[in-house]
Amino acid sequence: MAKVRLLELAHARSGDKGDTANVGLIAWDEEAYHVLVQQVTTGNVKHHFGEMVQGGVERFELPNLLALNFLLHGALDGGGTVSLMTDAQGKVLSTALLRMEIDVPAEMAERVRGRGRPPGLATAKAGR
Amino acid sequence: MRPVSADCVRVAGGQGFWGDDQEAPVRQVEGGRIDYLMLDYLAEVTMSIMQKQRSRDPAAGYARDFVPLMERILPACVEQGVKVVTNAGGVNPPACARAVGEAAERVDVAGLRTAVVAGDDLMDRLDALLAAGHPMKNMDTGAPLASIRDRVRSANVYMGARPIVEALQGGAQVVVTGRSTDTALTYAPMIHEFGWRWDAYDLLAAGVVAGHVNECGAQVTGGNCLAEWWTIPGLAEVGFPIVEARAAGDFVVTKHEGSGGLVTLRTVKEQLLYEMGDPTAYVTPDATADFTTVRLSEDGPNRVRVGGVRGGPPTPFLKVSVAYSHGYKAVGTLVYAWPDAAAKARAAACVLRRRLDRLGLAFDAVRVELVGWDSTHGQLAGEPPPDLPEVQLRVGVRSDDRGAVERFSREIAPLVLAGPPSVTGFAGGRPAVQEVMAYWPALIDRGAVEPGFAVDFFEA
Repeated sequence: MAKVRLLELAHARSGDKGDTANVGLIAWDEEAYHVLVQQVTTGNVKHHFGEMVQGGVERFELPNLLALNFLLHGALDGGGTVSLMTDAQGKVLSTALLRMEIDVPAEMAERVRGRGRPPGLATAKAGR
Repeated sequence: MRPVSADCVRVAGGQGFWGDDQEAPVRQVEGGRIDYLMLDYLAEVTMSIMQKQRSRDPAAGYARDFVPLMERILPACVEQGVKVVTNAGGVNPPACARAVGEAAERVDVAGLRTAVVAGDDLMDRLDALLAAGHPMKNMDTGAPLASIRDRVRSANVYMGARPIVEALQGGAQVVVTGRSTDTALTYAPMIHEFGWRWDAYDLLAAGVVAGHVNECGAQVTGGNCLAEWWTIPGLAEVGFPIVEARAAGDFVVTKHEGSGGLVTLRTVKEQLLYEMGDPTAYVTPDATADFTTVRLSEDGPNRVRVGGVRGGPPTPFLKVSVAYSHGYKAVGTLVYAWPDAAAKARAAACVLRRRLDRLGLAFDAVRVELVGWDSTHGQLAGEPPPDLPEVQLRVGVRSDDRGAVERFSREIAPLVLAGPPSVTGFAGGRPAVQEVMAYWPALIDRGAVEPGFAVDFFEA
């Protein structure tokens, strides 16, 4: 097994509803989707964000889009206009989730290495 | 011009929020054939801003940008038979419609029929509704609205497609609404054109999905798209979305030929998931859509077909959006340079906090961020390296006590001479003290508010 970042398996978009952020995590392909379903659990996501998410994490599966939707409750310091955060509407929390590392078979890790970043910027050790 | 065929209606998205690209609706009208232009101006906080504007000027309280825009595009819309459906009316749809009528006269458009959809504004009825046993509890916390009644600045119930359809059936070329749902602006024209029944939930749900696709402008045509963003061409002249809907409920997402941006499975998926809650129950006033039934397929370059959408009935409730005053806040920033930029910025934050403590100021929240290091990814960014070339210290405070926030705003500048070194970037002056408008989502029985929804027609 080898570690990859979610960025190498998926793209994502996030938004807000009050103090809750949502992150839609979209697999690059079906193989990646099955890995996400297995490994990107509510518990793992909650652990990944730590204190950044004050409330619970919910997960919904959208196999038709090869996507998972996460609700991160209490992630926005009150949300909207109340929040003092730069990212008060959770616009880039999607990318914070894409930092998460999971284990995949070494052969798969080799294949997806560097995905999600422009050629030349995507070195094997980038950002680690 | 009429639709490509009687079976197809092209609804173009022209604004994703108040302040979006002013040229986009012009490009939508001039760039090729469309039947409807949908313009979404309202976000949750927008209504309270408009309410404040109307309290100062009874003729204000709507998206003013909409009027000069109409002045530009009305002649072409009339000539090509493009109907405009918008929630630009804000908290004052009649004033907005009157201004559009005056704009029509200025550009010699005669006989323009405009419909005003209103009745969503609950401010004058709020106490009567509370007294009649509608607590409008906060959907997140369960607290009753009565607990913040004296601080309420605006209260609007979300209207669905019915009054817009009534306006279109009444022959309106321009439909100006108050707080209609964003999605209804797109699917009301479909209901009108195709004669969909109000219990045809799969069709209505397909319309809801089309509305969700259309409501954020270029966010579905390559804008803000993370998937291989460096390959997306022509964002400077990005094409805004067009939904080509068919009576059977399937539709194609596309954009004008020759425009920039991209429509692919990836761009559409990202927008479908934007601001998504439970995807199996996307609730609107007219139907509940199940986004797990959506089927996407490629239909040529920059064309994605959407089908298979299933839906169910709406709930007995409508959503109410309340904005209320929630104290004050201010955010101050300073920039620290290498060496040890982050360490200096953190030391400065400590000095500031200590001075605020000694002044005995009470804050509900104090937040310290290092922009350039942890302001977006928080603790996931780890510890900053000592050789970070520079970092911006950003400190925000929030309090019910306006005086405390004002005093905070005067404590930033002194750090330049009386704090850690290598600091700059204070040219902007004192941080502005802002009143915080908080958002209170609630539900209300339909029967309590729907009879108040009304459609009026103006001829200009």
